[in-house]
Amino acid sequence: MSTQTATRGTHRPRVATGSSQKFNDHSRPAMAFLAPFVGLYVLFIIGPAIYGLVMSFFDTSLVKPGLSTFAGLGNYAEALQSADFWSSLWHTIWFTILTTPPLIVLGFVLALLADRVGRGRWFFRLAFFAPFILPSAVMALIWIWIYTPGLGLLENALKSIGLGAPNWLGDPAWAMPSLAISTVWWTLGFNFILYLAGLQDIPTELYEAAAIDGAGPWQQIRSITIPLLARTTTLVAVLQVIASLKVFDQMYIMTAGGPNFSTRSVLQYIYDEGFTNFRVGYASALSMLFFVVVLAVSAAWFAIVRSQESEV
Amino acid sequence: MNLPLSSHQGSGRGPTRRTFLKGGLAMAGLGLGGTALAGCSSDSVASGLTVSRKETNSVDFWNLFGGGDGVRMQEMLDAYRKTHPSVGLSAVTLAWGNPYYTKLSLATLGDKPPDVAVAHLTRAKTLIAADLLEELTPDALATVGITPDKLSKRAWDAGLVDGKAYTVPLDTHPIVTFYNTDICEKAGLLDSGGKLKPLTSEAAFMDAMAKAKAVTKTYGGVSPINNETSTPWRIFQSLYSQLGGEVLSDGGTKVVIDEDRAIKVLTFLDGLRTKQLFPSSVDYEGSIAMFANGQSAFLFQGEWEISTFQTAKTPFSMAPFPNLYGGANYACQADSHTLCIPKQPARDDKAFENSLGFIRSLLDQSDTWAAGGHVPSWLPYAKSPAFKKLSPQSDYAVAADGAVYDPDGWYSGSGSDFEIITGSAIGSVQAGQQTPEAALAQMRTKLQTLADTASPI
Repeated sequence: MSTQTATRGTHRPRVATGSSQKFNDHSRPAMAFLAPFVGLYVLFIIGPAIYGLVMSFFDTSLVKPGLSTFAGLGNYAEALQSADFWSSLWHTIWFTILTTPPLIVLGFVLALLADRVGRGRWFFRLAFFAPFILPSAVMALIWIWIYTPGLGLLENALKSIGLGAPNWLGDPAWAMPSLAISTVWWTLGFNFILYLAGLQDIPTELYEAAAIDGAGPWQQIRSITIPLLARTTTLVAVLQVIASLKVFDQMYIMTAGGPNFSTRSVLQYIYDEGFTNFRVGYASALSMLFFVVVLAVSAAWFAIVRSQESEV
Repeated sequence: MNLPLSSHQGSGRGPTRRTFLKGGLAMAGLGLGGTALAGCSSDSVASGLTVSRKETNSVDFWNLFGGGDGVRMQEMLDAYRKTHPSVGLSAVTLAWGNPYYTKLSLATLGDKPPDVAVAHLTRAKTLIAADLLEELTPDALATVGITPDKLSKRAWDAGLVDGKAYTVPLDTHPIVTFYNTDICEKAGLLDSGGKLKPLTSEAAFMDAMAKAKAVTKTYGGVSPINNETSTPWRIFQSLYSQLGGEVLSDGGTKVVIDEDRAIKVLTFLDGLRTKQLFPSSVDYEGSIAMFANGQSAFLFQGEWEISTFQTAKTPFSMAPFPNLYGGANYACQADSHTLCIPKQPARDDKAFENSLGFIRSLLDQSDTWAAGGHVPSWLPYAKSPAFKKLSPQSDYAVAADGAVYDPDGWYSGSGSDFEIITGSAIGSVQAGQQTPEAALAQMRTKLQTLADTASPI
């Protein structure tokens, strides 16, 4: 760092005035390096998103070429009046509520514990992070077998200690919590690693100073650890909420939206309408509405982060 | 000392990172150029670059057969390659259900369709309505010796649209009864020939299940409920059709479920659970496991699982789905796999000829296909003594004559939203989560919504 400021100083005469100086020698190669990514991004993400927006105003079908008949706001009206859409939205929000607090709290607790382990910390890091690298299909298959009625591991384990087991994936009341449990097991590692990294950034002098002042371990956690991890918590929470809202794989593979549609998330409803029913125009309208929901959630979180930063 | 400015490490120290990368890139470029030059004359590179089938004389075949019947299909494809070495066969297997049909329709719309494709008869109706399949005129089919009298009448007639044919049926796959011969013998359910005595009433069925349960000590019969909507629908449809009931009419725009008949069937299915003859919570793999290891004497599923149990060496045989209500009008839910030619972007007589020849070749190998459990539609084989000797396939072949296909509708067919809606409601009754009346009301409402929606075709 210090060498950089020295060289900047020697080149000072070049940095004169005006924004035209932004386009100095470093900008063009930077643009050249960014160009492939920007190109692919526009082609495969921005472009289709705009096309989707256009499609949502037509009755586009997967078995007919072109945009088909104009529907105006008909698709949006149908979506807002569709009981299936609202119930799938509620299922998604319920899933988010079931998974986000455990993923934040458990991630923090486990990181705290793993941080204090003297020897063998590498083992705990591996153990808690390993599930995260599994593809969703593998995770789903493992948990389908764990949840199998009659033959599954979980049911037999609970029976062996005298407890009964619910009908994990077959009971509408238990299906979503079961999916939440398997999701927490699967994605905990990511939050765990983020918290672990955040914990290691806290200087130990703070703890020592607090201990000298007579603070107990719980007080230290409450007054030092948690406040200094506020940034990490916000990051984890935002990522978690947005990822939970976009849930699809677990439902699709483990319950197919069942039993009796009780776990169908918004993305799965969009998939059912767009691909099973061939109604891509309607599915695009649903996607746009869902996009607005996710945008609203993100905006809310941005507001919270802004207020947090102004406090600090 | 005058150090060269272009190198961090100093001169004479060997290759720098930049020179190494440059050299590597050059060598890779030479290598690519070399292979391109060498391969330029070969057909594969040419076809890869130009995607031109005219020069390569090939057949592109798409199917959705994984699992047991997928293995049989591979055998049939290998046999075709041996008998037609000049034609380059390229076969792709895609996942069953939506992933297959969306790809097939989009590929056809995008002018890159396969030459021949498999399609369920009920789903092919949608493709035909969307004008995505080539018509197979009687003359065209006759050039390879395929005539309607050589194909199963029921499957052939069901596939016609306005009297025109767009598909050639390969098989009919009905839902059937698997029964464990050892357990059924102990329970006294077999006749003198060692075959299952026909169950022709609700009471007889319940009685048989109770006797079987006494032997297995767990359950009499099983059919999957969890994470599965096709099987509950198939069981319901078989029994409901035996009563003469219909679900949709007018091309799917009207819901015509008969309240009394539907409640009768749903109540019966509910009774199997309350009397604990069938488990109320079991998924597809679990139902297979339960039958294979003798926890259940009966399994009600499609015939394609025959290979699973032959491999597991379960002592079993098969029979048509029980005729509880039908009497003389036997009915059981089924669909047919058909072969079709998607609309090609340009008329190519040679490719069309190859495609028809390929279809004929698959029909000729109906013996291999039937070994996988499906009931062949190709009558020269189906009526032959060889098939009659094939057991247990020949025991349930008669079920194909009573096959009831899913009703017409843009949202109907194998693996469609129609099956998801009906199967979910029926499954909830089988699982004890809803009363028959509530389930029927739910089915009616959801189907009505789809019936009222304009068809995307």
